[in-house]
Amino acid sequence: MSEMRTPLSRVHGLGSAKSGSGHFIAQRMTALALVPLAIFLLASLVAVTGADWQTAHDYVANPLSAILLLLFIGVGIVHMRLGMQVVIEDYVHGHGLKILALVANSFFAVLVGLTCIYAVLKIGFGS
Amino acid sequence: MVQLTLPKNSTINKGKTFKAPKGTKKVKAFRIYRWNPDDGQNPSIDTYEIDLAACGPMVLDALIKIKNEIDPTLTFRRSCREGICGSCAMNIDGTNTLACTKGIDEVSGDVKIYPLPHMPVVKDLVPDLTNFYAQHASIEPWLQTKTPEPAKEWRQSHDDRAKLDGLYECILCACCSTSCPSYWWNGDRYLGPAALLQAYRWLIDSRDEAKGERLDSLEDPFRLYRCHTIMNCAKTCPKGLNPAKAIAEIKKMMVERQA
Repeated sequence: MSEMRTPLSRVHGLGSAKSGSGHFIAQRMTALALVPLAIFLLASLVAVTGADWQTAHDYVANPLSAILLLLFIGVGIVHMRLGMQVVIEDYVHGHGLKILALVANSFFAVLVGLTCIYAVLKIGFGS
Repeated sequence: MVQLTLPKNSTINKGKTFKAPKGTKKVKAFRIYRWNPDDGQNPSIDTYEIDLAACGPMVLDALIKIKNEIDPTLTFRRSCREGICGSCAMNIDGTNTLACTKGIDEVSGDVKIYPLPHMPVVKDLVPDLTNFYAQHASIEPWLQTKTPEPAKEWRQSHDDRAKLDGLYECILCACCSTSCPSYWWNGDRYLGPAALLQAYRWLIDSRDEAKGERLDSLEDPFRLYRCHTIMNCAKTCPKGLNPAKAIAEIKKMMVERQA
């Protein structure tokens, strides 16, 4: 044992973070919302597969499908970020590396999310 | 990162073999993890051949026979030999269980015995459970009240007492916690199934008055929420308890007090 702290002191560590349930609830809520949204996405992909460019464009530009696509992107990205955060916390243990990975995870989620949203809006608002 | 391979000084070498005397009819081989902190050697697997005709039915009987008759250096913990003290918890045939309640006939082929996984080893089959016991202490496993103590006793209805069934039977053998991958990777911060089952045992006790404080202490991404319902704990528990369900009940309480 390199340090002389008591076992109980080590277990207490920095104390309770007083958070965690919010993350847990958000992960479950987004998972629930993704069930119908993912079915919609799959149905959309099947529907436009093999169609010409104009048909696919019109499908995405339709307000109903555009809003559902935006919902899928938003909810999916939040869920992805939460899930990846748990994976990083589980497996990455170097202190600096862990913080770096968590920051990169958040940046990546925002970047990918905004890119997808921009694409749908661009088609939806017709440019 | 998580370490998936053993460090060089922990890789396991081939060990000694103690053959059964010629003419023995019911031979069973026990392949046992050995490590001595004093000789500077890597761990090894020693093989002991036992005459089952002259041995008790449980794995612990064989271990005691080996220690008494073949190799007195074999080190393991045991006490009650009836599944109530939790001392002889070890990994037998790939599953954490109690050597005293695991029948030799339940294992087909050689009986492979290792210490509880992912714990520091003190010697041979003896793991260092200091952290595990400190985690149990950290959930404050005793009745906490603010109401002045009644003259006779804290009363509890039959229904409320029944809520402790499936919880109070835990003997803290550490089979569940040491079978949990979340505990392997984050055992310094995740309390593990055993301590959390104990935490729930006090959370659900109708006489306890510190429920809020107990939940506050568990409200943490690591202490509680490292549980990903892998369910190894429930599968391995030698007492047939379900720590995963207790943890799920704690999570339900956490959600309930927010909604």
